[in-house]
Amino acid sequence: MRFTDTLKLSFSVLRTNKVRSFLTGLGIIIGIASVVIIMSVGAGAQSLIINQLNSIGTNLVGILPGKSDQNGPPASVLGIIITTLKYEDAQAIAEQVPNIAAVSSYNTGMGNISYQNIKNATQFNGVMSGYPSVENTEVANGRFFTPEEDAASARVAVLGDQAGKDLFDDNNPLGKKIKIKNEFFEVIGVMKERGTAGFQNQDNIVLVPAQTAQKILLGVRYVNYIRVKINRAENMDKATEDIALLLRDRHNISAAGDDDFSVRNTKDAIQALLTITDALKFFLAAIAAISLVVGGVGVMNIMLAAVNERVREVGLRRAVGAKRSNILAQFILETITVALLGGLLGVIMGGALSALVALVARYLGYNWALVITPSSILLGLGVAAGVGLIFGIYPARKAAKLNPIEALRYE
Amino acid sequence: MPLIEVQNLKKDYVNDEVITSVLHGLNFNIDGGEFVAIMGPSGSGKSTLMHILGFLDTPTSGDYKFKGREVSNLDDNQLAKIRNEEVGFVFQSFNLLPKTTVYDNVRLPLLYSRQKDHDKIVRDAIEAVGLSPQTNNLSNQLSGGEKQRVAIARALVNNPSLIFADEPTGNLDTKSGQAIMQILEKLNDQGRTIILVTHESDTARHAKRIIRLRDGLIVEDFMVSERRSANNGEFAK
Repeated sequence: MRFTDTLKLSFSVLRTNKVRSFLTGLGIIIGIASVVIIMSVGAGAQSLIINQLNSIGTNLVGILPGKSDQNGPPASVLGIIITTLKYEDAQAIAEQVPNIAAVSSYNTGMGNISYQNIKNATQFNGVMSGYPSVENTEVANGRFFTPEEDAASARVAVLGDQAGKDLFDDNNPLGKKIKIKNEFFEVIGVMKERGTAGFQNQDNIVLVPAQTAQKILLGVRYVNYIRVKINRAENMDKATEDIALLLRDRHNISAAGDDDFSVRNTKDAIQALLTITDALKFFLAAIAAISLVVGGVGVMNIMLAAVNERVREVGLRRAVGAKRSNILAQFILETITVALLGGLLGVIMGGALSALVALVARYLGYNWALVITPSSILLGLGVAAGVGLIFGIYPARKAAKLNPIEALRYE
Repeated sequence: MPLIEVQNLKKDYVNDEVITSVLHGLNFNIDGGEFVAIMGPSGSGKSTLMHILGFLDTPTSGDYKFKGREVSNLDDNQLAKIRNEEVGFVFQSFNLLPKTTVYDNVRLPLLYSRQKDHDKIVRDAIEAVGLSPQTNNLSNQLSGGEKQRVAIARALVNNPSLIFADEPTGNLDTKSGQAIMQILEKLNDQGRTIILVTHESDTARHAKRIIRLRDGLIVEDFMVSERRSANNGEFAK
């Protein structure tokens, strides 16, 4: 029997039982649609995060306390506090490593920030004077603090755009005294609006000198992390290496394997982030794929019923010369056709819903890209066909094994 | 050379270790162009014999030569091939594909053959049973007699050496039954070999030769014309 005839036959069987064929494929439709949506929305979210990371500049090197695997998440992400990185390390990098444009250490904390009757729980960052350059931002009103103010633990604060508006509305905050964790600070500047990065609002923040944050607000002798801006992209690798050497020397470490810090440049960070988000995306897709298995079992169930219903037809086909292999091929192809059509509908439905998500995200102000790759479409269709094949074999074998005489007599 | 040579043909069925003998050693030949009715009450083994002669089943022992070739121990695929090329079946209950056109029903055997250019062959077969106007009708829109004519066209379409008709009039009224038997007679006149399985004498009298079975043995094998002249026009005892 020619393949095209078998294929035509499958379609005509599906056409004669339209509703049943649709319901048979429904599990596959939903399964493939979920996989496509998750892959697409995952890719959209990924590109959103990566774009925002790129927007803060690609010439950045980050130094985190504690040793960590280059591609895995750093320990601090998991909530572990490591105290090996010091303010002095940041100073030393600024002074001794060549090709450095700016350096800042970071101490983050949460606290009540108040002005007169207004009180907000806000994040404060203890940073160094190099912060605006490192973060690719600038002061919109007033000035940033100087290295001298930092060294002297001066009680000065620079407000993020949002934090400033929350406390002062449209009034000029410069020179006003605000309270951070019940300590008075003088407002000397307000930063330019930056928008959100990832899930962090970069405008609802208060910046204070690093030393001030450590000694007065947090009472610690370490920094959470250090960021370094390198002057030119081609110096990235060299500078990354120089920073590691310097820190190893300062921390009395002889072998790279014993590092109590990790140096990452933005390139690596993006790579790590991609690894994490990819893993997350595929994990979710794998969960969605479970529904495909359920769909496959549904298809098998219906096909078994169809075989029982068509016993006489099988007997007739065998009587007029169909080999067992012809019957096997016919039923497997029928199952694959149902699954593949289901997959196609699933891809269309998944694509449409992904587009809807993108539309809503853009409406909410995110720079969301609709990402539907040909590979995810092919994957969806391939998986659907595979499901059809796997779950089609058993019913088809059952049909092919029928004895033609008994099948013809079947009532 | 006879078309069919059967020697000491036996068939046993084994069911739950109980052996049931259905055919106890049959001997007969059928020549090309004959119109043979196999008669007998139910349980006589006539259906089993038809299944073996029609390559749907194989004998337990004995010889079955078709066109001089031993066929009693062919495998499943070889049987399928020989069914497709040498045999056409007409069943009591028509066995048409439901919700399928007359054309596609008749074409069915060609799907499993190497034959190309199906269209003319299919239309000729439909023409031969006088159903050309209904070519594109669905099988469930036809009357019983028409359905059986479609089945005959389907049996013809591969140009087989042999046509088996298993109680072809069993589900039809007398008039339609007559029409079907006339078509079979006409096909026989054109030189086709026909083996008819029936328990009705009315149907069997259209045949030229009758093989009567009882309890798995041949009890009678005679030419209708000879018997008729001996019994003043009546072939049955």
